[in-house]
Amino acid sequence: MNRSSAARQPGLFEDEAVLVAALRGGDDRAFEFLVVHYGGRMLATSRRLLRNEEDAKDALQEAFIQAFRAVHRFEGLAQLSTWLHRIVINSCLMRMRSRKARPEESIEEMLPRFAEDGHSVKEYQDWPESAERMIERREVRELVRATIERLPETHRTVLMLRDIEELDTATVAELLGITENAVKIRLHRARQALREQIDPRLREA
Amino acid sequence: MKTRIGKTAHYQGQEYLVCEEVITFLLEYLAGELSGEEQHEFERHLGVCPSCVSYLKTYQETVKLGKAVAATPPSAPPEDLGSDLVKAILAARTR
Repeated sequence: MNRSSAARQPGLFEDEAVLVAALRGGDDRAFEFLVVHYGGRMLATSRRLLRNEEDAKDALQEAFIQAFRAVHRFEGLAQLSTWLHRIVINSCLMRMRSRKARPEESIEEMLPRFAEDGHSVKEYQDWPESAERMIERREVRELVRATIERLPETHRTVLMLRDIEELDTATVAELLGITENAVKIRLHRARQALREQIDPRLREA
Repeated sequence: MKTRIGKTAHYQGQEYLVCEEVITFLLEYLAGELSGEEQHEFERHLGVCPSCVSYLKTYQETVKLGKAVAATPPSAPPEDLGSDLVKAILAARTR
């Protein structure tokens, strides 16, 4: 298969309706365009959710195969990229579920603490710099990345799906088979745990 | 998540929500999901508690940091499938 053949025909499938019609008609060039044009962004999603490169590629491949089979059911209510993105995420979640379950660390230890009267046990203060300034520093990026990686998986997954993949609460609830309320609780706790753990390090920096 | 915010304490002769309630309901506050009365009480607390104001600010900064970092992993290979993966995916279609 010549990978560049779709790329040599700019504009051919830029109209999504044309692309979808061609996919439904079994046009090989349309399938190649779909993989080449959308594959990079979808691989990025897969890599963010699965921490192993091979898993990320396998999940992506499975997602495209599912998409190829289901394209006749694509109703055009969402953009093709949104539809594909959701299939990729579902494929990643299935792969995560199939992995050997390991005991999950409790997130409770990572959350803010309160006295019996409901007051915070510590006095919070602003950070010395804005997020925009801090993000320019490599050590800050590494700290935040490593801390997200260490979050308990059920909470990390919700943080990734809501804050990074920017899915809405209802979609995340449906994908994970949990209530919208549970999604909100996990997201809030994941953000709190992340904040709590990076806070002292950001003050040192 | 609780549907009502309720736990209060007295400060300078007036009743306010406690920090625990404010921090617990921060996500809903930021999402504009509190009732008018709850939001009013929330903001009364913020008006007298610089610690919770800082918590709110650093929580928002945390979300920004997380989004910026996770969205752009610098060490990841370029977002290009490579011809082998493209071939493998397209070949799997015909299997």
